[in-house]
Amino acid sequence: MYIYDDLDRRLVAERVDEFRDQVARRLSGELTEEEFKPLRLMNGVYLQLHAYMLRIAIPYGTLSSAQLRTLAQIARRYDRNYGHFTTRQNLQFNWIKLSDLPDVMADLASTGLHGMQTSGNCVRNITTDQWAGVATDEVEDPRIFAEILRQHSTMHPEFTYLPRKFKIAITAAPHDRAAVRVHDIGLRLHRNGAGETGFEVIVGGGLGRAPFVGKTIKPFLAKRDLLSYVEAILRVYNQYGRRDNIYKARIKILVHDMGAEKFAAEVDAEWLNIKDGALAIDPAFIDDIAGRFRYPRYEMVIDNPAALKRAQVTNPRFENWFKNAVSPHKAPGYSIVTLSLKPEGGPPGDATSEQMDRIADLADRYSFGEIRVGHEQNLVLPHVAQGDLPAIWAALDEIGVATPNVSLVSDIIACPGLDYCSLANTRSIPVAQELTRRFKSLDAQRAIGRLHINISGCINACGHHHVGHIGILGVEKNGQEFFQITLGGRADEKAELGTLLGPAVPYAEVADVIEDVVATYVELRERPDELFVETVKRLGVEPFKERVYAAR
Amino acid sequence: MTAPSQQKLKVHGSVVVTANRLGDGAVVHWMAGGGWSAELGKAAVVTNAQAAKELLAAATADDVNAVGAYIAPVELNSDGVQPGNLRERIRVGGPTFDLPITFGI
Amino acid sequence: MPLVRNGKIVDDLFIRILDDAVVPDDVAAIVPAARLLADAGEFVQRGGATGVLWPNDRNVSELAPHLGRLALVALVFPNFRDGRAYSQARILRERHHFRGELRATGQVLRDQFLLLYRAGFDAFEVSKPADAPAFIKAIERYSAFYQPAVDAPAPAFRRRSVKNFRSDQPVN
Repeated sequence: MYIYDDLDRRLVAERVDEFRDQVARRLSGELTEEEFKPLRLMNGVYLQLHAYMLRIAIPYGTLSSAQLRTLAQIARRYDRNYGHFTTRQNLQFNWIKLSDLPDVMADLASTGLHGMQTSGNCVRNITTDQWAGVATDEVEDPRIFAEILRQHSTMHPEFTYLPRKFKIAITAAPHDRAAVRVHDIGLRLHRNGAGETGFEVIVGGGLGRAPFVGKTIKPFLAKRDLLSYVEAILRVYNQYGRRDNIYKARIKILVHDMGAEKFAAEVDAEWLNIKDGALAIDPAFIDDIAGRFRYPRYEMVIDNPAALKRAQVTNPRFENWFKNAVSPHKAPGYSIVTLSLKPEGGPPGDATSEQMDRIADLADRYSFGEIRVGHEQNLVLPHVAQGDLPAIWAALDEIGVATPNVSLVSDIIACPGLDYCSLANTRSIPVAQELTRRFKSLDAQRAIGRLHINISGCINACGHHHVGHIGILGVEKNGQEFFQITLGGRADEKAELGTLLGPAVPYAEVADVIEDVVATYVELRERPDELFVETVKRLGVEPFKERVYAAR
Repeated sequence: MTAPSQQKLKVHGSVVVTANRLGDGAVVHWMAGGGWSAELGKAAVVTNAQAAKELLAAATADDVNAVGAYIAPVELNSDGVQPGNLRERIRVGGPTFDLPITFGI
Repeated sequence: MPLVRNGKIVDDLFIRILDDAVVPDDVAAIVPAARLLADAGEFVQRGGATGVLWPNDRNVSELAPHLGRLALVALVFPNFRDGRAYSQARILRERHHFRGELRATGQVLRDQFLLLYRAGFDAFEVSKPADAPAFIKAIERYSAFYQPAVDAPAPAFRRRSVKNFRSDQPVN
């Protein structure tokens, strides 16, 4: 965990005061809605169908138990007793009153939380691997650099009114769990031939109505140059990004129109002017930021302790969960535990106040007080001693977050859709709920294997449907909800956009079609461990299309 | 449903002007005599583009009590004024599934 | 429209010259960019100070040869959400070391004063009269920032290594 100091705390507190003043001026009519809207968005406040929605930043998906309790308390006091974890590792409350928001912000600030960088045309919350710092495959802890970028981009005077929002993600592992190739800037921390660590810089990825996989413009950027190079990218974008059409304003369009090479040359030209200035990062700075992180003091424990082995043998439910939700940790005797927020029939990513409180308690007891949020809308307890796994499983099972469906077909990513969102064309949560009922057999899910379904209720693609193994996109036809299905997308290091299966299908048929698609895959796969995406890659969408549309 | 901000002003059947209340975001509707009501039944209902435009202009002029005013379809039946499409039904009636308090614990 | 300069509401001593109008010799005047670039010599011998109104879609580096003779550069915010002139301001101040008046024009509102100030503006044509007296309060609202800018060229990470921001009592 990054530990706030006086500067960090003061800035958040001063932001609360500023927002209180802005809300008062809006409520009195001194500010028009047009003037106020960007100011509230800059604090994470949207106006949705039923109420205001508050999005709270969870920088690179890391929460302390105290922060999670704060969120639980806010849900209880000001909202409807639950919150929604998003694909950008943030949390949303759906029923907040504008007039309460200054007090909500003050309560959040008590544990260092805020809504900055969760909306508006600024640099958004920097995301990274939810296993950062504990993954067995990472070259270095990417959170240090996520934090450096967070600080640099917080209330940046030059880049608060960019042409459009700007999302940065970092991964430090060969297996990309942060989807860096579909971000405005993706950073891949890796080791070069000389053994130094630095960043591959990828720009212009993104989903939405014009999806692109990002292009690499710098194969290796030294760490000292991270801030100056990102600043150069932002400066080029701020000056040349389109402002005449909101749908063409993201950097991906600029990179596409300009061409990645020309864009890279513009960035380099700008960068040469600033790279040796105030933004050059010296090792002392990296050490200073790293020194502000609190790392767990792991016990000297062994892998596979007797208590774990006993539970595996005696309790098949535990064993199923263990095989699904528990991942290797870099420290001997420890594991990473994923908490599924995808119960059968539940809205993906929601957690109640009671669940949040209990998870905070469990984090204190078993995970050094730390919780992570993954972009798949699940939570993670990142440091659990293996001997504690049977006990923690029982506790998680009791509060409904131990469904052993992590990365399986019912672990669905979905945007809030028309049930909450003012931009949506169709619902998405009820589609997800129905699919979890269709695929409720865990044995069947395990037999199907890793399969990511992503659902978006409109072209803005908050459910990342383009990069779902199966993507479902809601569209409106004559006032009715229809859904386009894409197959073969993926968001990892082999990022690819899905291919359209065929004509959109009505709401009532979506679950049937997905069942057919999955059944077709099970029949066509070469071997049980050929993943859904691999089968689609090998055969294309035709065999799936035939099966689905022949029957309809 | 196409987001209302992207709609052209075409009026088929009965419509009202709807918005969200500034202070709490609640769904409100413009009344015949001016002012907002949380009850759809109290909304001014009109049936042609000109009347709808005038209603919207009056409602939009009030930027202090409600925000994001737009024209929304309604249906009139024996129970009175009802929302005219799924989006408006959800705005008036809430999400179409049980809120998550019923899941977990 | 009030002008705030160096934190105070002041009279605007510059007149605006539109397109091809005659520029009176002994008054301070802001001329359009195209006019300056077409004949910079025209303004060298003037008795009054010269300023330029520079659009937000034109590279400010084109101004570099003229900056020594300019008392003022006015940058434009066609609406407050169009942030191009923030970059122009920083480039003028930090790269070209422009020391004259850097004026924000267009839709200039209270809630952007701080960002504008940090980007290097020192004069503000304030859109709403009521916002002008709030200027000092707006720019003094925050006591520290993370990133370097024109107002504070040293980034927080350098200032931070000086002890006073360190805290031994983390709250979370």
